[in-house]
Amino acid sequence: MPEIKNKDTKKSLSTIVTDLTRPLKNHYGLTPWMFFLLSVMGVGIASYIYQLQNGLAVTSMRDYVSWGLYISSFIFFIATALVGMLISAVLGLIGIKWITPIARIAEMIALGFVMWAGLIIIFDMGRPDRILNIFLHGRLQSPIVWDLTVVTTYVAISMLLYLLPLIPDMPFLKRVMSDQPKWKQTIYKLLSFGFVGRPEQYKLIKKLTRILAILIIPVALAIHTVTSWLFAMTPRIGWDSTIFGPYYVTGAFVAGGAAVVIAMFAFSVDFRLKKYITEYHFDKMGKLLVLLMLVYLYFNINEFMVPGYKMKAGEDHHILTLFTGAYAKMFWWVQLGGLIIPIILLLFKRMRKPIPSLIIAIAIIIGAFFKRFIITIPTLMHPHLPIQNVPAEFHTYWPSGVEWAVTMMAVSGAILIITILAKLFPVMPIWEIAHEEGISNEEINEFIENGDINDEEKTS
Amino acid sequence: MRYAMAIDTKKCVGCSDCVVACQTENNIPIGYSRDWITETVEGTYPGLHLQIRSERCNHCEDTPCVRTCPTGASHVIEGGIVKVTPEECIGCGSCIEACPYDARYVHPEGWVDKCTFCDHRINNGQDPACVSVCPTTCMYFGDLDDPNSEVSRITAVRRIKVLAAEAGTKPQIFYLV
Repeated sequence: MPEIKNKDTKKSLSTIVTDLTRPLKNHYGLTPWMFFLLSVMGVGIASYIYQLQNGLAVTSMRDYVSWGLYISSFIFFIATALVGMLISAVLGLIGIKWITPIARIAEMIALGFVMWAGLIIIFDMGRPDRILNIFLHGRLQSPIVWDLTVVTTYVAISMLLYLLPLIPDMPFLKRVMSDQPKWKQTIYKLLSFGFVGRPEQYKLIKKLTRILAILIIPVALAIHTVTSWLFAMTPRIGWDSTIFGPYYVTGAFVAGGAAVVIAMFAFSVDFRLKKYITEYHFDKMGKLLVLLMLVYLYFNINEFMVPGYKMKAGEDHHILTLFTGAYAKMFWWVQLGGLIIPIILLLFKRMRKPIPSLIIAIAIIIGAFFKRFIITIPTLMHPHLPIQNVPAEFHTYWPSGVEWAVTMMAVSGAILIITILAKLFPVMPIWEIAHEEGISNEEINEFIENGDINDEEKTS
Repeated sequence: MRYAMAIDTKKCVGCSDCVVACQTENNIPIGYSRDWITETVEGTYPGLHLQIRSERCNHCEDTPCVRTCPTGASHVIEGGIVKVTPEECIGCGSCIEACPYDARYVHPEGWVDKCTFCDHRINNGQDPACVSVCPTTCMYFGDLDDPNSEVSRITAVRRIKVLAAEAGTKPQIFYLV
């Protein structure tokens, strides 16, 4: 029985294992939560079938606004998914230590959202049955083809980046979860890929993770830059901008960072992991968000100050609609509620505590969603030529019930993926946390062989 | 061969006969149209200037819609006519966003539809449906490469303008002003 470190300052290996695997066994409250998610998805699936039967006419998308809520949510999902790359690749590669307990959470968010982002494109298509035409008749000149290519690549690399650091946790799970159903044990056995904790195996895992972390940076930058190019490659007022690539990437980091803060809070409370996700981590994430939001604010000023100062004919109408017109409420929520006020608040240490962070992060996420909405729709409402002699519903756009239901299905689908992953695998890498506590590989192997697992009462 | 159209805004009365003719000829679903009438008023009272135009796909020389199509369903045929192959179109909408003229729409069956200059009629030596029904004969259709065609002669002598020239797509519908 390896009594490793003084429990007052350090966590013992058995505590770590017990704490992190408890949520995998204790499913209190899971059934209503899953019921909720699945019923939202059920409504969404029914709505999508209705849309398939009756065509895109059941949405509010018409002649002028032909990219609506679906494409707005698509950008939002891609944006949120980008955080996996920021946290586990960029911060991981420059050797930042505090990301250890949240890297896997960020990767889970990335996986859940990017998978549904791919599906949302299909929801928006008039003829989803012809999706294979993109591969059969694909043209390299088309941004849609670029987009599909990078989305699938990002899904693949994110999946690997999630699964690879999971491998050294499998021996723990095999041992701790021996009382669990057989299918779970089969999964753990399959995913361990013969890992038994030899030093060279650890070395290999670390090396592979590093290679993937480097690989994912250009892919992730590409995925969001190409998404912005879907718009910027089009000669339209409001999209015809050269800064769209970096503008979207920083905006994505802000949205994803806020999503990570929300997930951190949810996991630390629901999974009782406050010992691992401490105020220190919220403090660090708050500071990171301030930095990212300042960069994003800088791009926002560029994007609106430059045309707003010139007020070129044609552009003036678009800018005024955003500043004072129909979209002013959303626009100023994005700029004030989603950027400026959170920046100011997060400068104070008190506001970087868990609960204030959570509230600020929710405000930022709402702002991020509005931002995607007002990128897509107002531009389509302001074509080069005046809109005339068309039915009244062509002049405005507000998503129909079908669109809301399908979008909500995508949101709950992404959360469902995150929930399933969090219920099957520990939300933090046990082995990396053990290494950080100074526990050596030999001690880990010893523990897996014949270690004692604390029971529920002792640790909680 | 370079098909083009010249439309005399001084003659057009905005009767929408071209719109109806197109809908009938090309079996357009109800509520949609490939061409439409636009009226713009410029200046301040009493110096007002009203312009009525029949608008449609400009069959541009530089085609952002064809460039952005992921499957090649949007393509250019002989004579510079921009067409969509319904069977190849996946309905992603990227051509609709790329078009500065909003000349395309999503057909209820999910694919994108647009003006074809009635190429089935041209091949039989007829004018497009809209041109042939115009009660004031304000539309001229023909081959720009042929200096004797009606459209070449009229664009040579009259003052012309194109729509959304700033988009840089080199449109081939000329408005006589």
